[in-house]
Amino acid sequence: MSDYESYMKGSPHEVKVISKRFGLPNSASIDVYLASDGYKALKKALEMGPDGVINEVKNSGLRGRGGAGFNTGLKWSFVPRNIPKPRYMVCNADESEPGTCKDRPLMEYDPHQLIEGIIIGGFAIGAHQGYVYVRGEYRYLLDIVDRAIDEAYAQGFLGKNICGSGYDFELATHTGAGAYECGEETALLNSLEGLRGYPRVKPPFPAVVGLYGCPTIVNNVETLSNVPGILLMGAEAYAKLGTAKNGGTRLFCLSGHVNRPGVYELPMGFPLDRMIEEVGGGIPDGKKLKAVIPGGSSCPVLKAEETAGLAMDFDSVAKIGSMLGSGGVIVMDEDTCMVKALLRIEKFYAHESCGWCIPCREGTAWLKALLTRLHDGAGVPEDPDTALDASFNILGKTLCPLGDAAALPAISFLKKFRSEFEEHVKLGYCPHERKAVAAG
Amino acid sequence: MLSDALKARFDQVITRYPVKRSAIVPLLMFGQDEIGCVSDELIEEIARRVEVRPIEVVEDIGYYSMLHRQPIGRYNFQVCTNISCLLRGGEEILEHCKRKLGIGHRQTTPDGVFSLEEVECLGACCGAPAMQVNYDFHENLTVEKIDRLIERLEREVRSQEPGVRT
Repeated sequence: MSDYESYMKGSPHEVKVISKRFGLPNSASIDVYLASDGYKALKKALEMGPDGVINEVKNSGLRGRGGAGFNTGLKWSFVPRNIPKPRYMVCNADESEPGTCKDRPLMEYDPHQLIEGIIIGGFAIGAHQGYVYVRGEYRYLLDIVDRAIDEAYAQGFLGKNICGSGYDFELATHTGAGAYECGEETALLNSLEGLRGYPRVKPPFPAVVGLYGCPTIVNNVETLSNVPGILLMGAEAYAKLGTAKNGGTRLFCLSGHVNRPGVYELPMGFPLDRMIEEVGGGIPDGKKLKAVIPGGSSCPVLKAEETAGLAMDFDSVAKIGSMLGSGGVIVMDEDTCMVKALLRIEKFYAHESCGWCIPCREGTAWLKALLTRLHDGAGVPEDPDTALDASFNILGKTLCPLGDAAALPAISFLKKFRSEFEEHVKLGYCPHERKAVAAG
Repeated sequence: MLSDALKARFDQVITRYPVKRSAIVPLLMFGQDEIGCVSDELIEEIARRVEVRPIEVVEDIGYYSMLHRQPIGRYNFQVCTNISCLLRGGEEILEHCKRKLGIGHRQTTPDGVFSLEEVECLGACCGAPAMQVNYDFHENLTVEKIDRLIERLEREVRSQEPGVRT
């Protein structure tokens, strides 16, 4: 279990749509869920019909919360109709982007909201089977979701003839076994087929050729958890909570150098500087802000001055050259060694690269080796440019976004904090570590 | 030999998929939980049940970091040092565990009680620094918390030895 107090510190700025049941006693049980509008959206969806549901979700401006930010309703509409193959609805619960820990509370405190979202999504695309792919480390969540699925079957929300509608839908969990790469949707599908989690060539996209070669939609936990709320409050009301084309709220995970790290549900477009100061309680020990990674470790880093008034929605963050990603806001104070931070990030991508595409396999290993040497004080003046060159040789040259995820932070750190890399080379040691030793 | 409960779980899990081989990874995980590692016998059993050659099961094992062929310690300390944990002292926590347990990354104490592993992001970033001991999360770690936890686990092991009363 997670420590509720440590994740859910609360803030007056929160607008609770998908986190409204968090903290209720027994919030994961179907009784609590039913007592607070649970499974009402499903009944509504069954009356609206698949096209009605897809249009409603499209109009709500809901965009994929896993990181890509694609309009969810639009994605659903790509599933071909009237073909004789089965269709599949898959929930991606392989949360593993560094800095991201929002799907955990969604499954821990409100698994029925997720299950209801999956059933509605399945109904919209004409699927009769769904899977929840849970990362291997989240075993306690697998048990919680399994229990919730059993409860939903017992009450007739899963199985044959759901709520007397004639619609059938089966749902099961599936555990991963430790692989970041499986969060990428085509790698996830290979993994779900019992293979190594290597990515597939796109196109064809999973909506047309997915699980077992059949049309498949893969949606993130948070994305699907939003669906019941959208149907209940209506697309327009949901869209209005956020900014243009960025409907609703978002679970932001504030981590790193903030006084009150935690998961907060804020309207899309909430300004980043205020998020750090007012929601996160500012930076410990009165230190100054140096940098923020706005959406998980694969997103380009922002300098402190770039955070001022920055609306945290997909389009505004993209406009200044970064990404809203998975909602993992990683805050770094003035004493952070940016070489060390980037080295740790690249060590991760080197470890997680599945090795299928050579630019990623070789490039991430080179970046890790070069940055290790540079951080340890054995760098040469050409190193920052060599690292940039390696990054540009990964970027856009791999089947899945893991390559870009490794290249983008490297390029941004090297460009925005170049002087720190040069300083390491010049000094022949890490000034931050020397300082720590002197102080310690 | 697999327990009856595990066999029943295997039977149930396989029915979830239209293609049996989809069950390979879940069966490996549930089997490993009971046996302590992925044994040759487990590989044969899974291959037989999902109707693939054993080599196809072995192929998967190398890909997934949580699957291991050799037994590890009863308590596997998996310390995260990824970015959010790094910023809040994850490396110091790992170093402390190394000193305290007297073992390094992917090593096990001679008595087979503790293993240690430096791992990637566990999804516990708002409770950083964090680790998992087996499947249990331990968050907002300090060296004192680690010391207390190790003491408690050592007591647990001693109390379960034959002839020992607590």
